[in-house]
Parts: sequence; structure tokens; C-alpha cells
Amino acid sequence: MLELRRVTAGYGHFTALWDVTLRVETGEAVAVVGPNGAGKTTLMRVISGLVAARTGELVFEGDSLVGRKAHEIVSHGIAHVPEGRRIFPGLTVADNLRMGAFQPSARRVFAESLARVHALFPILAERQTQRAGSLSGGEQQMLAIGRALMSRPKLILLDEPSMGLAPVMVLRLFDLIRRVRAEGYTILVVEQNVRQVLKLVDRAYLLEVGRIRMEGRAAELAEQDFVRKAYVGL
Amino acid sequence: MIDPIFLLEAAVNGVLLSGVLALLALGLNLIFGVVDIVWIAYVDLVMVCMYLVYFLVMVYGWPLWLASIASVALGALLGLGVHLLIITPILGSAPVNQLLATGGLLFFLQSFVTFLWTTDHRTVRLVLPVLEVGGMFLSFARLIAFAISLVAMLGLWVFLRRTYIGTAIRAVSQDREAMALMGASPQRVYCVTSAVGGAMAGLAAALLIIQYSVHPFFGAAFGPLTFMICVLGGLGNMVGAFVASVVMAEIIQIAGVIWSTEMGYVIAFVVFIVMMFVRPGGILGTRA
Repeated sequence: MLELRRVTAGYGHFTALWDVTLRVETGEAVAVVGPNGAGKTTLMRVISGLVAARTGELVFEGDSLVGRKAHEIVSHGIAHVPEGRRIFPGLTVADNLRMGAFQPSARRVFAESLARVHALFPILAERQTQRAGSLSGGEQQMLAIGRALMSRPKLILLDEPSMGLAPVMVLRLFDLIRRVRAEGYTILVVEQNVRQVLKLVDRAYLLEVGRIRMEGRAAELAEQDFVRKAYVGL
Repeated sequence: MIDPIFLLEAAVNGVLLSGVLALLALGLNLIFGVVDIVWIAYVDLVMVCMYLVYFLVMVYGWPLWLASIASVALGALLGLGVHLLIITPILGSAPVNQLLATGGLLFFLQSFVTFLWTTDHRTVRLVLPVLEVGGMFLSFARLIAFAISLVAMLGLWVFLRRTYIGTAIRAVSQDREAMALMGASPQRVYCVTSAVGGAMAGLAAALLIIQYSVHPFFGAAFGPLTFMICVLGGLGNMVGAFVASVVMAEIIQIAGVIWSTEMGYVIAFVVFIVMMFVRPGGILGTRA
């Protein structure tokens, strides 16, 4: 479904990703794990078009995404839930979800999408008229994911969904992401909470200082001594 | 001692004046909130639209309402033009360059209009009655201008709250990158915002030309006042801009009756400077 071939990207003189090759098949859940500053967020931003790749190929369902702007990539069926959630704090919960369905094709099926999002996250239905900025961290993350689902994506990019959440909320959030997955969405997730995320996904990549260091089935990767010591904390 | 009726009349006139001032401040604020650039030449766009109304009514004999609609249309076109021709090419450069570019537009418009139509003051001679209410004399033109300003502001509010693109405009002012992730082209949102802001300048022009004469340096009087109101209300804060415009208009009108109009402006600027020290975030802003 999504394939990156030897992608290099960065900001100014700084190169954050070196020769990254990665693929996500339809229906899969894939994680990219790694320490702070490894380039995980840059990788997500390259896929969603917020950062342009310097070299390399970016192919989604047969279409090249190289050179496409962020607002064009959404219409290909990729929704990016950015790091730090980035909901619109001054808008109501309902308006945030409306903005998620900004593209004409998503607007046509707005009512149906909204019903699905409300079924997944009933709290968003209860808090419709509330300002999004007044929600708790966990609720804001649900809103960010719900807003992404409103664009009717095929692939969802989740960047550090558990960041800043209380431990209890982290577990609940991973359960919710499992439910999103069960709805048939393909997921590419970046996480620092390696132990939890490896239980969620099929495959994982280990990214270190901008390069893919390891790749494999999530269960196998979790068994690697190196990964266990460095990231899982066992 | 001044007759209290004069003070009351000044106070009412202040409220009436605040309508058009608020319209200007909201237009400028809207653009600043979304595109993040202060259009120094905003009130000079108003001046150009005032000339349009003047020529359409006085030379071509158009009815005022039709000329006003043309003024709104010209304002929208000018707003779009400023964005596409001046702002877009330098959108990625330092903010001071953008400020200087719109400042350059100000001098260009002033000089070009002087070149075309000289520095003569031109007035749309309207025979509008003066109303007498309880001993106060109120200008009918100001009443109309105030009423239309209120309707326009209500219209802007509905546009920003109820329409898809209006909500997107508010969303962009909160997080422009996140709105790109929703599939909204930033350039498209900027264009709509600039056109709406320009249309508000066009409407303000139609409301100002029935109260004031137009000349190439019209912007020199209302420009600084509009910026002061925006800053006083907190840049990007719509409600604050409205409150600030009432405060400023009241100071100018009441001080104008007690001393003189010039003194009114002096006091308004002093109040502005003092407020910047006391509440740098604007009247309704949180204390820094």
C-alpha cells in the first residue's frame, strides 16, 4: 500500500533521515520505534507531505507522492495525526470533526463518518459543544484520531499517540487504537512506548539516528536482546 | 462648564463612530489572524474605494447603494490582489520584509492617487437630515453607517461560525499546519480571507465617504487609529477589537467636545501608550 525507497530528508543543512526504505501492506499495523531524535516524526511528516523528501521514492497505492503538498496527500487517503495532537483548541469538538471532513469527497459522507467516529469515541458525542482545548489529554487524542478518521483515510499515521498521557489512559488509548484497527484501517504508528506498541502491531522498524537499523515481526523484535535492553526495559 | 447634553451627544456620536472603526479593525485583524501579516496599507485600500464611490456617484450619477456594492467588490478584488501580488511572493521571508512591502504599497497608493486626482478633498454631497433627539443633534449618515456596520459585523460572525470555509479560517488562525493536514490548501484559505478583509475595507469606504471627504492622505488619519484599536484589543482578538474601538471613539469624541478634536487624538494616543504598559496583551488579553 505504502512504500518508501531510499528516502533522505531533513531541514536546512540538517539531514534527519538517511536512505529510509519502508513498506506498509493493506490491513497491516506497523510501528516505527526508536529513541528521541531518531527521525521518527520527520518520517511521518515526509509521508504526509509536510516535509519534502530530498531524494528517494514515495509510492502510495501505485501513485508517486513525491513533490505533493500536504493538503493534496490527504485526498489520496492518508491521514496524519500529528505529534502533540494539534487539535484546534478554540473550536468546538463538533467543529474540529467538521474540519476533519474538509475535502469535498469526505464532506459528502459526513453524517455517516460522524456516526462511526461517535460510535468509536462516545465521549466526543457527549462533548460536542465543548471547546476542544478544554478536553483532557486523552480526550484530545481521541478527538485528534476521530478528526483524522473523518477524512475517510485508508492509511492512518499516528505520531506518538501516548505522549503526555497518564499510564491508565495509555492502556485505554492502545485499546481504542486496536478498535480502530479492527474497523479495517491500515496503521503506521510511531511510539516511544515500545512495549505497548509492539503488542499492537504486526511488524516494526527500529529507527536510529535517521537510519533503519532493524526490521521484523513485532513479536520477534520484542525478543531481541538489544531491543529488550534498550527500549522495552525488561 | 459644558452643557451635559453636549457630552451626551458626544458619547452617542462616539458609539456611532465606533461602528465603522470596528469594521476596519475587524478586517485588519481577520487578515492578521490568518495570514500573520499586518497590512500597513489597509486603510489606503479604503481610500481607493472611497474614490470609486465618489466618482461613481458624483461623475457617473450612480445611486449610492449601487456604488457601495461596487466598492465592496473593488475592495475584495484589491484584497485578493494585495495577497497574490505582494504577500504571496514573500510569504516565506522575514516578517519585517512583509511589513515593509505593505508599507511600500501605502506610499505607492498615496502618491499614485495624488498623481491621478491631486490632493483636493472630495465629498459626496448627500442631503441627509439631522435628527434631533431630546436636544441632541445626530447625523442621519452616521446612524446609517453605524447600523450597516453592525449588520456587516454580524454577517462576518455568521460567516466565521456557520460556513465550512469560515470555520476553516478560524482553524487556520489557530494551527495552519494542522489545517493543511485536513486537506485545506493554505493559499486558498489566505485568498478567501484577504478577499473578505478587502470587502470589509470596501464597505467601510462606502460608510466613510458619506461622513468624511476623501483625499490621498485619508489613511494617515484612520490608519494609525485602526492599528491602535487592533493592538489595544489584542491582535487577532475580534471581541477585543470591538471593545477597543468603542473606547477609542468615545475618547476622541468626548475629549473633542471638551477641548478640541486634535486634543481628542492626543489623549487617545496617550491612553494607548499607557495601556500598552499596563495591559500589553490588549484590553481583554491576559496580563503579561
